[in-house]
Amino acid sequence: MPPSIVVTDIRKWYGETHAVDGVSFEVEAGEFFGILGPNGAGKTTTLEIIEGLRKADAGRVSLLGLSPWPRNPRLLPRIGVQLQASSFFERLTAREQIRTFAALYGVPPAKADEMLEVVALEDKADTRTEKLSGGQVQRLSIACALVHGPEVVFLDEPTAALDPQARRNLWDLLRDINAQGRTVVLTTHYMDEAELLCDRVAIMDAGKILQLGPPASLVRGLEAPTRIGIETGLLSIEEAKQVFPDADVEDDGVSLTMSTRNPAVVLSTLADRNALRGLSVRGATLEDVFLTLTGREYRA
Amino acid sequence: MKGFLTLARAMFLGWRRDRAALFFTLLFPLIFLLIFGSLFKSGNAPKAKVILIGAVPMIEQAPAAVQDRINDVLKITKVDDLDSALAKVKNGDDAAAIEQRGNQLVVHFSRSDATASGAVFAAVNSIVEGANLAATGQPARFQVDAQQVEDKSLKPIQFMTPGILGYAIALGATFGAAATLVTWRQKKILRRLTLSPVRVQSVITARVVVAMGIALIQMALFLAVALTPYFGLKLSRYWWMAIPLILSATLAFLSIGLLAGAKAKSMEAASAIANLITIPMAFLSGSFFPIENTPGWIQALAKVFPLRHLNVGMLDVMVRGKGPLSVLPQIGILLGFTVVLSAIAARLFRWDDV
Repeated sequence: MPPSIVVTDIRKWYGETHAVDGVSFEVEAGEFFGILGPNGAGKTTTLEIIEGLRKADAGRVSLLGLSPWPRNPRLLPRIGVQLQASSFFERLTAREQIRTFAALYGVPPAKADEMLEVVALEDKADTRTEKLSGGQVQRLSIACALVHGPEVVFLDEPTAALDPQARRNLWDLLRDINAQGRTVVLTTHYMDEAELLCDRVAIMDAGKILQLGPPASLVRGLEAPTRIGIETGLLSIEEAKQVFPDADVEDDGVSLTMSTRNPAVVLSTLADRNALRGLSVRGATLEDVFLTLTGREYRA
Repeated sequence: MKGFLTLARAMFLGWRRDRAALFFTLLFPLIFLLIFGSLFKSGNAPKAKVILIGAVPMIEQAPAAVQDRINDVLKITKVDDLDSALAKVKNGDDAAAIEQRGNQLVVHFSRSDATASGAVFAAVNSIVEGANLAATGQPARFQVDAQQVEDKSLKPIQFMTPGILGYAIALGATFGAAATLVTWRQKKILRRLTLSPVRVQSVITARVVVAMGIALIQMALFLAVALTPYFGLKLSRYWWMAIPLILSATLAFLSIGLLAGAKAKSMEAASAIANLITIPMAFLSGSFFPIENTPGWIQALAKVFPLRHLNVGMLDVMVRGKGPLSVLPQIGILLGFTVVLSAIAARLFRWDDV
C-alpha cells in the first residue's frame, strides 16, 4: 500500500520567521502519526499545509497521491479535519451541528446520529454546543471530522485544555478510530500522549523535525539510565553504593533512588534481599529525548 | 445546491435563536415605529392654547362656520381676571390672552413661541376681517379653498413606515454580515468549510439569501403592524416593487457589513463600527424625519448612503403611488454600491486574525 502522506522539504516563512523550515516525512496508510513539540514549533502550520489550508512557500505534499493545494474537491471527502478552534456554527445543538456537517458531505442524518453515539454524546444531542464541556466539545468536533468516513484524519491538539479524565476518554476514542484502519495524524504538546498513542512521532522545534521514529526507540536510543526507587530504610545509602557501584544513589527521605544502565542486575539483587517494598521503575521518556536534542527543558 | 440549503438553514437557525439579533433587527425598530406612530398619529399641528378674558362677543358670537374654523386651530379657555391670564401667557402655559375693548380685540402674546402666536394672529385677523366684511353688508367676492395635494388620508405613518423599515433593514444586514465574518473568522468556520466539499459560492449565496429572507421578514412585520386600523397605513398600488428594492438594498448593506467585519478583530469592535455607520446614515437618509428642508449640503451628502436611495424608492412606490418602473434608478444605484463596496471588502478580507 502506498503511503497516505508524503511531505518533501516543505517551508513556510512569515516575514523573517521560519514557521516551517524544511520538513520531510512520510505517513503509512493506517498509521497513527504524531507531531510533537512545544507551542510555536510549527506543528499547526505543517498540518495546515498538508490539509491544503495553506500554500507552502517551497516543497511538495502528496496526500493520498494527490496535491492538496490548490483546493481539490475530489480529495476533500477523503480527509477529515479537526481544527484547533472548535469550528461550530453558532447556537446549534450537538445533533444539528453534526447533521449540518454530514449534509455538507452528502451523508444522511441517520449516519450523523450514529456518529454522535460513537463519541457518547447521544444524551447531549439537544444541547447547544456553547453549553457543552471542553471534553464534549472536542468529542463532537472529532465526530464532525469523522462523520463522512474519511481515510485520513487530522487532529490538531485535540486534548489541549482538557482535564486528565477527559483526556483519557478521548485517547480511547482516538485508538478506536485508528483501529478501524484510518490513518491518523495528531499534533500534541503532551509527551505522554504521543508516547501512548502514536506508532511514530516527529519531534519538532523551531520549524524543524529534530527526530522521527517510534516513541520507544527514540527513548531507547538515548541510552538514558533507568531510575529504580524503593522505600527509604530498606537499604542505607552506603549499603546501596557498595552493592551497586555503577549506580548513582540518592535518598530524599521517602525513596531511595538508584539510576543505573543495568536495571536487570539491580532488580534481581533487590529481589534477593527482599527489598522491593514501594518499588518504582522509570525509564527515560520523550521529555528526556527533547532535553537531549535541544539542551533545554521541555515546556509545553 | 445541497450545501447551499444546509448552510442557509444553519445560518437562519443561528439568527432565529440569537435574542440580541432578534431584538435589534425586529423589536427595536418596531418600537421606534410604535412610538413615532403613536406620537404623530393625528398628523395635525398641535392647537394653540388661548385664554379669553371676560366676555369676548366677537369670538363667542361669531357665526357657526367661523367658530368651527377657530376650534380647528385654537383651544380656548375662559377666565375673568386679566392678571392671572397674563401670568399664564408669560410662563408659557398659553400662547395668548384675548380681551375685547369696545370694537377692539386686544391680543396679549409672548415672543417665546412664535409659531403658536402666529397661528393666533392669523385666526384673530380672519375673525376681524370677517366681521368687517359682514358690517359692510356685502357678500364676499373672493374665497380661499385650501386643498392638500396628497390623498386626504395621508398621515405621518405613511412616511414613517418606509423610513424606519429602511433603518431596520440597514441595521439587520450590516450587523449580520459584520458579525458573521468576525465570529466565523474567530471560530475558523470558514477554514473548516473550505476543507469540506462545499463550494465557496454556496457559502456566500447562503449568507446573502438568509440576509434577504431576514429583510423580507422585517418588511412583513412592519407592514403587518402599520396596516392595523390603529396606525392605518395605506399602501399605494405598486407597493410590491419595494421587494426588489429591499433585496438590492440588503446587498448594499451586506457589503458595508463585510467592510466593517474585514477590519474588526472582535464582535464588540464589529458592532461598534456597524453602529457608527448605520446611525448617522439613518438620520441623514431621512429614516426618522424628512430631510427635504435641510441645507443643500446635507441632502447632497445623503446621496452617499445606500439607505437614502432605499428610503426614496420605498416612499415612491409604497405611498406616493409612483409607477413600478420609477424605482429602477434606485435599484441600479444600490447594486452599484454593492459592486464597489464588495470589491473593497474582498481586498481587505483576511482569513485569520494574525
